[in-house]
Amino acid sequence: MIADRQLRAENRVVIAHVYTATAAIALGAVFGAFQGFSRAGALTAPAWFDYYRVLTMHGVLMALVFTTFFITGLSLFVTYRAIPRERKLVAGWLGWWVMLAGTAMAAAEILGGNATVLYTFYAPLKASPWFYIGATILVLGTWIVAFELFENVVYWRKTNPGKPIPLVVFCAAATFVMWIVATLGIVAEMALLIPWAFGWTPGINVMLTRMLFWYFGHPLVYFWIMGAYIIWYNIIPTRYGGNTFSDGLTRLTFIMLILLSTPVGIHHEFTEPGISSLWKMVFTVTTYGVAIPSFITAFAIFASFELMAIKQGRKGFIATVKALPWNDPAFAGAGYGMLLFILGGFGGLVNASYGMDTLIHNTIWIVGHFHVTVGGPVALTFVGAAYWMIPRLTGRALWKPEWALLQARLWFLGMLIMSFSMHFAGLLGAPRRTADVSYFGAATAQAWQPYMLAAAAGGFILFLSILTFVAVAIGTLLQNRKTEPMQATFATPATPSESTPAALQHLFRWGLLAFALAVLAYAGPLGELLRNPGYLVAGMRTW
Amino acid sequence: MTFGITMLIVFLAAIGFAAVADDINPPSGLRQIDPSKIAQTPPFDRPGLRRLADGSYEAYYVAQVFSFDPASMTVPVGSKVTFYVTSRDVVHGFFIPGTAVNMMAIPGWVNTQTHVFTHPGTYLLICHEYCGVGHQNMFGKIEVR
Repeated sequence: MIADRQLRAENRVVIAHVYTATAAIALGAVFGAFQGFSRAGALTAPAWFDYYRVLTMHGVLMALVFTTFFITGLSLFVTYRAIPRERKLVAGWLGWWVMLAGTAMAAAEILGGNATVLYTFYAPLKASPWFYIGATILVLGTWIVAFELFENVVYWRKTNPGKPIPLVVFCAAATFVMWIVATLGIVAEMALLIPWAFGWTPGINVMLTRMLFWYFGHPLVYFWIMGAYIIWYNIIPTRYGGNTFSDGLTRLTFIMLILLSTPVGIHHEFTEPGISSLWKMVFTVTTYGVAIPSFITAFAIFASFELMAIKQGRKGFIATVKALPWNDPAFAGAGYGMLLFILGGFGGLVNASYGMDTLIHNTIWIVGHFHVTVGGPVALTFVGAAYWMIPRLTGRALWKPEWALLQARLWFLGMLIMSFSMHFAGLLGAPRRTADVSYFGAATAQAWQPYMLAAAAGGFILFLSILTFVAVAIGTLLQNRKTEPMQATFATPATPSESTPAALQHLFRWGLLAFALAVLAYAGPLGELLRNPGYLVAGMRTW
Repeated sequence: MTFGITMLIVFLAAIGFAAVADDINPPSGLRQIDPSKIAQTPPFDRPGLRRLADGSYEAYYVAQVFSFDPASMTVPVGSKVTFYVTSRDVVHGFFIPGTAVNMMAIPGWVNTQTHVFTHPGTYLLICHEYCGVGHQNMFGKIEVR
């Protein structure tokens, strides 16, 4: 048995990661609500209010800080609990401190107005070098956390020869194998941006930075989704007394995600010069390929639901859905998230489609799409998982579980209103990333305004939902009357793990193969660019 | 799952057919231009509309913070217009809502797309990539009469 003292020490590391994520989503929500009203023209912004600075903060906090700190916290938590041992927590803490320092450095530059470049920081918009350095340090901090996870995998292999890695640890480690392959792109881009921002190099190759950014930018999305899948496969079945459908299929899904997440980034660059249409078509095909592990997941989740229903003697789709614990906040987060993911998936196929993309590229449709994906299945699943994790971290029962349930429902409603409005406005041509879309009363732009108001209303409901989450998270931390055990159990597969093929165990070899595949896929477009690299651009500060 | 994968293949076949048979391809200009010498590089030294012998048009645009050059132009209904766009400074967008004219203007590159204006009206031309503090004011007009 692992001593209580050890559990508490591990919990403190995880609490640091998870509550940093909570702070990020809270701040991000405040900025998000501001933007919605400002863009709809429903709020006369004060002079100090700078839409693009706030938008940069919102994007960085939600897309890079909240998600990353939550996934590092979750992955450490499941690894610590699934592989109990006496351990030093140096890497877990060091990773947190480094990530926090990087975040603080980047945030200071954004708030100071020296990095109003949005979370994609497209060159040749030239931010302060400390913004790029801060973002790089945040990424390097995640590598330290990855090291901690991999060290535990190696320990398990050594002490349990021939036995498969616990499924939940396998999923977490696979997520970070993919992340390492993906973040190589952003680190390479930063190696170009930082000396340029200091003025040490005269110019920047804009297309090269964009290609490196999206080499990283799309697998970033899959990093979030894999975080949600860790929860869907390993934690959610325990909420309805079910099983993970299959051990082997889960491992196969994560390996497919390691392999297929990275060679897809060019689909963000369909409307750009400098990449010939042949490579755009190739990346349409690879992007469709990465939908397959998500189909497998949809199948496996429904199969797990059905196994539970059969065990309870129920039959049929409606009876199965009714049997699910929709009043459990942890399940409700993931359950509503799954419903939103179905909508997000449809939109994603449009975005990935070579020919259709020009109808919606850079319109607010895209913003609707990524809110219904990262803000739906991912963030709502994370918040639901926080309701499961926080009592196990603090030893205290969840404060106001009925608020937690209300929170999930508000989120679902707010997200439907906001993302549908954004999708429709986008089809009518409303652009994204624009402070004011009235264009001095142009007729085309008039048609967008009602949707902008509806999106602001949906955004405000989301804001209330996030406040409710923060209240429950902090309330649980501060109140200490009811206690709960800190033990965590994970779903067991319906088929025993011993039957899983050994080839599915070798995470690091799959990681190497994934890098080779990414290099192979990018050899075409990157080779084309490097043969004909074009002009270096000096860059400027336009804000 | 089988259904899903089948649908993926069907969709891909449709996109591939549209690309090959109907020439529905995304804008992929491969020409380069020195962004510091746009004013000396024909035809971008004189941005604007050119009528070709076959009755179609070429429109040369320079995007810069925070305007398009030319800011407005007029073409007859039914005109086939091939747009050529480049940027003088940072990345801009070139988007005409209500059409599939949607491309990025990248300094150093010339991007291109063709559109037939079948309906009369005043079309907005907007920058749909964040380019700085005045981004929301960066737009132009195309009159189709």
